[in-house]
Amino acid sequence: MGRETPKQQQQVSYTVEQLVAVNPYNPDILPDLENYVNEQVSSQTYSLDANLCLLRLYQFEPERMSTQIVARILVKALMAMPAPDFSLCLFLIPERVQMEEQFKTLIVLSHYLETGRFRQFWDEAAKSRHIVEAVPGFEQAIQTYAIHVLSLTYQKIPRPVLAEAINIEGLSLDKFLEHQAANSGWILEKGHGRGQLIVLPRNEFNHPELKKSAADTVPLEHITRIFPILG
Amino acid sequence: MAANYDYEEAPGTYDDANRQDLGYDPNFVPDSVKSFVVHLYRHIREKNVYEIHQMYEISFQTLSDRLFKDTPWPSVDAVAHYVDNDQVFCLLYREMWFRHLYARLSPTLKQRIDSWDNYCSLFQVVLHRVVNMQLPNQWLWDMVDEFVYQFQSFCQYRAKMKNKTEQEIALLRQFDQAWNVYGVLNYLQAFVEKSNIIQILEQEKEGGEQFTATDGYDYSGGSNVLKVLGYFSMVGLLRVHCLLGDYQTGLKCLLPIDISQQGVYTSVIGSHIATIYHYGFANLMMRRYVEAIREFNKILLYIYKTKQYHQKSPQYEQILKKNEQMYALLAICLSLCPQTKLVEETVNSQLREKYGEKMARMQRYDDEAFAIYDELFSYACPKFITPSAPSFEEPLVNYNQDAYRLQLKLFLYEVKQQQLLSGVRTFLKVYSTISLAKLANYMEVDEATLRSILFTYKHKTHSVDSDGKIISNADVDFYIDDDMIHVVESKPVKRYGDYFLRQIVKLEGVITDMDRIKLE
Repeated sequence: MGRETPKQQQQVSYTVEQLVAVNPYNPDILPDLENYVNEQVSSQTYSLDANLCLLRLYQFEPERMSTQIVARILVKALMAMPAPDFSLCLFLIPERVQMEEQFKTLIVLSHYLETGRFRQFWDEAAKSRHIVEAVPGFEQAIQTYAIHVLSLTYQKIPRPVLAEAINIEGLSLDKFLEHQAANSGWILEKGHGRGQLIVLPRNEFNHPELKKSAADTVPLEHITRIFPILG
Repeated sequence: MAANYDYEEAPGTYDDANRQDLGYDPNFVPDSVKSFVVHLYRHIREKNVYEIHQMYEISFQTLSDRLFKDTPWPSVDAVAHYVDNDQVFCLLYREMWFRHLYARLSPTLKQRIDSWDNYCSLFQVVLHRVVNMQLPNQWLWDMVDEFVYQFQSFCQYRAKMKNKTEQEIALLRQFDQAWNVYGVLNYLQAFVEKSNIIQILEQEKEGGEQFTATDGYDYSGGSNVLKVLGYFSMVGLLRVHCLLGDYQTGLKCLLPIDISQQGVYTSVIGSHIATIYHYGFANLMMRRYVEAIREFNKILLYIYKTKQYHQKSPQYEQILKKNEQMYALLAICLSLCPQTKLVEETVNSQLREKYGEKMARMQRYDDEAFAIYDELFSYACPKFITPSAPSFEEPLVNYNQDAYRLQLKLFLYEVKQQQLLSGVRTFLKVYSTISLAKLANYMEVDEATLRSILFTYKHKTHSVDSDGKIISNADVDFYIDDDMIHVVESKPVKRYGDYFLRQIVKLEGVITDMDRIKLE
């Protein structure tokens, strides 16, 4: 919509979020929501609630559905993994629409990510560049998800496994690892043979001993219930 | 697909043509009915909530059973002059009239449309006029519940286009606003907004307002109708969103209600059950299995302890039905996400009795297992709807099962993705450490596949909660060090904090009791 200054863009999205919160069951806001999807794509932001609102309106008035917009919503949802946003969106999309080629591809991509098949995912994504390149930030978002899963699973991960999961190899991978070591607490070790081992940051999921502290905390709300007694 | 999904229709259609044959005269008002409306009208005017409740819950039921087993009540025109032609009372009477019709008979299209009109008129009055009534929560809940039910029923009815008569099609085209999804959602939303209920609940937490403490009733001379309708409409919105397949938004609508505590939603058992059933189902579809298990466990225990008190109530059958459905949902959740400590003993033994064998088979993840997941899901799920108006042009088809088929398909797809996890769990329970190579060998897959399986296990057992935090649901967990898997036993954590809190409250109770004795 022409050259909007960043400030104006911010004002538009504020209004859309308000619309979704205050007047969501209103067919008139459909164009605003569609524009908002495009804006999320170009400005690399994301709003599940607004997108669900739009998918609902498409459900109410199927003749107004734009499959291109729906595809963009699904790609954004994929980028939100590990959150289940992709399936939340699918619940609202009619079966016959899901049978279309581009949606079948997206569903396959989601399936690979859900089942940890990273190599197959990157292979398939390479074949479908037109779908995924339309949304900036896609690659990084999936890499972030991959690292998330690796961090749940591994204390020390062999380099080839990491490389396959995030689809970075050779010198680019070296650079990436350096960056992570400097900024995210990754440690690079020598594994057996001539391989490289990457030590991922400690968290309660790959280091079970860190879990104890979380389990025995008592939420403040529970304590407030006995204030009358203690007071 | 399981056959027991079909929308059940009550026997006997009631339309004008048959009226003469079945001996129903809408203008005949038996004495007992005259007495009923006169007294109910008086009690409403005098705000005798207790009497209204007795008449609404018991007298109406008794008269229905005795005089109107398979005919409608007398028409509102016939009784209007007994109640000063009071507009609001007539709208309330008509609401009950239609509810009775839906329960005992099968409404015609015209009657469905008329019922919609009546709700519109009634809701407009409550929303835009100052209504000086106090009605029992049971009645107010029933209004919202019935409103959503009739909407669901209409969508199901409308989606069966195949055998529609020309007359019916003409009516559908003419009255396209009736039970329109926008209308339904906007009325519920209007109640929530106009009643200011969200702010009231917020202020109550800080001690400003009184709402829950008085069960929603207004003891300062005002009316509880708008506030309580606003409150129950949040549950209504949750329900409608579940019917549409939008679980995220449904849960958002319910957010202002704190289900970890008692509240107005627990003051009516129908509302309590509807709330938790839909809350649990939405969490199940969002893969938050532990949350669903927790809530199903609580409500099933509650029903077990209290259902005897509702045996005479007209809701008894519904209570039992929802009870069975929630056991099925609990079986599904526990098969997808085994947990050992979340289910209370009584509930667990009931669950074993009803679904023990099926659960064992579900965890084998073979074809039979999928059939059982299908069966239980189909039995227990809400009656999903297609909210859009039908196309009148194409060859007329029945599409009333489309929405259900989609939700079922996506659910089974998720089940399929978890297919290999059960096998992994079995191995993890046996070993404390095992190399990737060895485990791959035992599971008869290559190492790359095993890694994928392990990633899947981690991803599926670590869900994202409503605040975006990662929560582990895994009863058996592991981590990998280079090529070695280390299994982590989840030790039962002694929750000292909770224990002390409980004992403090208990001791306080004992001291209070002792004080009471001294005074006597």
